[in-house]
Amino acid sequence: MSQRIVPAVKRKQIIELSESGRRMDGRTLTDYRDISIQTGFVEKADGSSLVSIGGTKVVAGIKFEIGDPFPDIPNEGVMQVGAEFVPFASPDFEPGRPDEVAVELARVVDRGLRESKVLDTTKLCIIPGKKVWIVHVDVYILDHCGNLIDAAALAALTAMLTATMPEACIEGDAVNLTGKRLPMPITDIPINVTLAKIGSRLFVDPSFEEEEVLDCRFSVAFKENGMLCAIQKGESGYITPEEILRAVEIARDKSQEIRKKVVEALKLKNDKVGEP
Amino acid sequence: MGDSKIERLISDDGIRCDGRRLDEIRPIEFQLGVLKNTDGSAYVEWGKTKILVGVMGPRESHPKHLALSDKARVEAYYRMASFSVEEWKSPAPSRREVELSKVIREALGPAIFVDFFPRTSIDIFIEVLQADGSTRCASISAASLALVDAGIPMRDLVASIAVGKVEGKLVLDVQDKEDKTGESDMPMAYMPSKNAVTLLQMDGQITHDEFLQSIELLKKGCMEVYKKQKEAIEKHFKGAVSKMEEV
Repeated sequence: MSQRIVPAVKRKQIIELSESGRRMDGRTLTDYRDISIQTGFVEKADGSSLVSIGGTKVVAGIKFEIGDPFPDIPNEGVMQVGAEFVPFASPDFEPGRPDEVAVELARVVDRGLRESKVLDTTKLCIIPGKKVWIVHVDVYILDHCGNLIDAAALAALTAMLTATMPEACIEGDAVNLTGKRLPMPITDIPINVTLAKIGSRLFVDPSFEEEEVLDCRFSVAFKENGMLCAIQKGESGYITPEEILRAVEIARDKSQEIRKKVVEALKLKNDKVGEP
Repeated sequence: MGDSKIERLISDDGIRCDGRRLDEIRPIEFQLGVLKNTDGSAYVEWGKTKILVGVMGPRESHPKHLALSDKARVEAYYRMASFSVEEWKSPAPSRREVELSKVIREALGPAIFVDFFPRTSIDIFIEVLQADGSTRCASISAASLALVDAGIPMRDLVASIAVGKVEGKLVLDVQDKEDKTGESDMPMAYMPSKNAVTLLQMDGQITHDEFLQSIELLKKGCMEVYKKQKEAIEKHFKGAVSKMEEV
């Protein structure tokens, strides 16, 4: 019960403060927290990235594996996104299989990447119909201070942008590795932006305490050319069509800001960003 | 999608592969009170999509420690029968079913006066018997009626429909073929009297203009589903009233 009273008091406080355009942590309603991106964090991965948004910390790793294609797309590689919530990331997380929150997060991140065609899976075919590259994109939530979806999407994206893939050669029926590495066939830089609706206001990049009291969550991903490529409304409240249009406008501006940051951050380490 | 030109899904005069206009919904038939052992139930035939929904509750929460002291706990279980799709599907819940159960619960939750029933559970069981696209929309729309049948107080019915982009055109009420080969899919759930969107998802690629048009088309589609829902309620309870009159 006490767990429910505290957020109820906080909700009142957050709503009152938002009337003057402010938030508990001093931000305005449209401010995003500081983003830091550290790519190549795990050397044994084919690509990796440690991302923080404020106190939220997420690491993503890419691993390539040779596997069988799906029968309906025999000449394309496969991308698989998974999410693990490490128990030390929040007192609410429990050890065990990914629960519905983790499954939803992985699927939202997956849609943002997949639908923007960030990865050209046709370039991941080794033997048509028989062997293709399977790309595992696994996101580990390390510290939960709110807005896990954006943090996970950004970590997965920046890990992919800086990953390299092994080169395979075919000898008879066998697939061997040449030991050389190739750049990833990347075609876009999709950015996901999440807002929270609390009362009648929209909060960009919600913090943990804002998430505890929100009415609903709204996430939208944009491609570089401004097209929308994924949307997810979450949690048990509602949002009006007018608020949705406003949220999309705000998110579009934010996505451009964040994309600029991504390009800047990665260029320092790697000139190949965005290069196919 | 390169060879999609061979089989066109929309003809030159704007007719879709199943004979519908771009903004035309499929035939939808709802029925309330179709199961004997539930507190409320509904069945929908939505084109070839066939879904059965049963509601249990409000009833004692189980396990007890999950009970909420100030409101009812709503749970939704979306499952597809193993024979409901082209190829056999394992009956174990997939990641897709886990996510859909969550978003369906969150789409229906805002409609229910959960604070009337503290410490109880309301369980919504959805069984997709045949899937032909838009199953989450049909599930939500039918589940609203099962909740009505269970006599659970609600703020409004939740009506749901999807808009897709097929061959560059926006189409209302996406069926399976259009979903699989189309460029995007955007389901929405809506409580008309509250102007409240309780579910919105999208995958695929659409421009900002297409997004604005989609929202308008979705509202129109939801209103049509809403009308069908109301007709089904009227039909169901008219039957009950005439039975009372006979006595």
